[in-house]
Amino acid sequence: MINRDPLSLKIFRVAGLIVWMLITLFPLYWILLTSLKPASQIAEYPVRYWPREFSLENYASLFQKSQFGSYLLNSFVVAATTGLVATVIALLGGYVMSRYEFKGKGVVMLAFLVTQMIPAFIALGPLYQMFTNLGLVDSRFGLVLVYVAMTIPFSVIMLRGFLANVPDSLEEAAMVDGATRFRALWNIIVPVMTPGIVATFIFNFVNCWNELFLSVTLINTEDRKTIPTALNGFISSFNIEWGPMSAAAVLTIIPTMVLFAFASRWIVAGLTSGATKG
Amino acid sequence: MDVSTPEVTSGTGVNGARPARRRNFGRRTALTLLAYLAPAFVFVAVFTYYPLLMGGQMAFRRWSMLDLTSTPWVGFGNFATLMADELFGKVMINSTIWVIGSLVPQFLIGLLIALGLRRNFKLRGVYQAVVFYPWAVSGFLIGILFRWMFNSEFGVINDMLMRLHLSSEPISWLADPNLALFAVIVANIWYGVTFFAIMILAALQSVPDELLEAAALDGAGRWNTLVRVTLPTIRTTLLMTILLRVIWIFNFPDIIYGMTGGGPGNMTQIATTWMIRYTQQGEYGLASALGFIVMAVLVVFTGAYLAILTRENRS
Repeated sequence: MINRDPLSLKIFRVAGLIVWMLITLFPLYWILLTSLKPASQIAEYPVRYWPREFSLENYASLFQKSQFGSYLLNSFVVAATTGLVATVIALLGGYVMSRYEFKGKGVVMLAFLVTQMIPAFIALGPLYQMFTNLGLVDSRFGLVLVYVAMTIPFSVIMLRGFLANVPDSLEEAAMVDGATRFRALWNIIVPVMTPGIVATFIFNFVNCWNELFLSVTLINTEDRKTIPTALNGFISSFNIEWGPMSAAAVLTIIPTMVLFAFASRWIVAGLTSGATKG
Repeated sequence: MDVSTPEVTSGTGVNGARPARRRNFGRRTALTLLAYLAPAFVFVAVFTYYPLLMGGQMAFRRWSMLDLTSTPWVGFGNFATLMADELFGKVMINSTIWVIGSLVPQFLIGLLIALGLRRNFKLRGVYQAVVFYPWAVSGFLIGILFRWMFNSEFGVINDMLMRLHLSSEPISWLADPNLALFAVIVANIWYGVTFFAIMILAALQSVPDELLEAAALDGAGRWNTLVRVTLPTIRTTLLMTILLRVIWIFNFPDIIYGMTGGGPGNMTQIATTWMIRYTQQGEYGLASALGFIVMAVLVVFTGAYLAILTRENRS
């Protein structure tokens, strides 16, 4: 199969892939470049594709003019906590869904799947009311609760897909040897499917890190805002300051980009097989 | 989702296909399993289903943050208000253009890239990891990035067009009612190609090599093999991916929200950005009714799509 293509087709293929890579990378390059230009050179026309000088002043002014440090910390704490809690809960749930047949299993699965299809905006108003009554408005803990509920369904589906690849003879052998079901799950299965678990955690982390509409609805106080909520404030002002804005965008993108690049192979496996196995 | 796709899952081997075996287990096991499943179920029930159901009934009440003292039952009043709004028709047309205009190019470019990546080469892993990065970025932030690139005064897109002499003066992409929808669709195409490339690549890799070799032995050219053998083999996966994507794009306001917020003059307003606007105005009754309309449209579309597919498969 290899090397049978004529040269012209090969060149076409390589050229096409390179062009697409450049198109994909350009917005990232552009926002990074904008963030590193001195403030005076951002509003400049014709545009410069390589700045005369580099500067970190946009980053400095971002941290001076806004509480970006708090936003970063809030986003990190909320996303990491949610990722951890949701992944553990979904692992237990996914284990049952993958290993056992029981009455109502189809309904449970459907209930998880349906949440992926409904426009979530319907829930925003009632959630706000509910959280007002519970005293959870403006609370990072409250945000974690909603995010855990938001990320569980897909995590269950994804982990169930990964679990299907682990033969159940493994944990049966352990249980014959006297281990409890939980021990067998924890000591035998978890180590085998670490890639799947890490991928699920990263997927959840990134989803929470990026979530906008729930956090905008539930968080008002400046020092409790997550990054997307803060960015929403930035673009709502009449005159967007593109210098600090681009610095904020770069600092938002980099952590999740690194995480995704690290786990992309496993996430792709989880999405393409786990998601279609429903 | 009983539309499972054997081509994609075949990589999981024997274990993936085996049915969960144990049906008869003791009471103790049953309780343990219930305990395992309970946390997931409770979270989703309390923080997803409860607010969704509450939101559902708001669609039939006059429910506005402006006056919470009375939330009377109004039947289909909210639906009537929406449909009588002159924006309604425009929003539905915009939503349709948004979905088709984004989806068709996403699919075609995604298919080309998947075909390009099909045979292994040295840096394929690196290439995939690099091209994969938009997935890690929120649609909202992508919207902001493109808002900056489409900026009419200092935007890089205008600069490129003028350097290439494709335009003689700066274009106000996001302020021009005739161009704004085009601009947000360009951003969405860029964002969504990766998804198609990855799904199609996974499907392509499930096509057995023997099948392609047999076609080659029969003297089929590359193009014929692609159109007559490869694509028909992965047809189900492709059609299901397209269906899921239609639903997803219809429900995806993030890029528009970050880029134009639905403006100028509602020229980029789609159903879900309109819902956001009602939510932000505190008009939960109207927002919720609009949510029902979105769901109804999608359910009808899905039903029709699957019906046509089934009929074609039979003949």
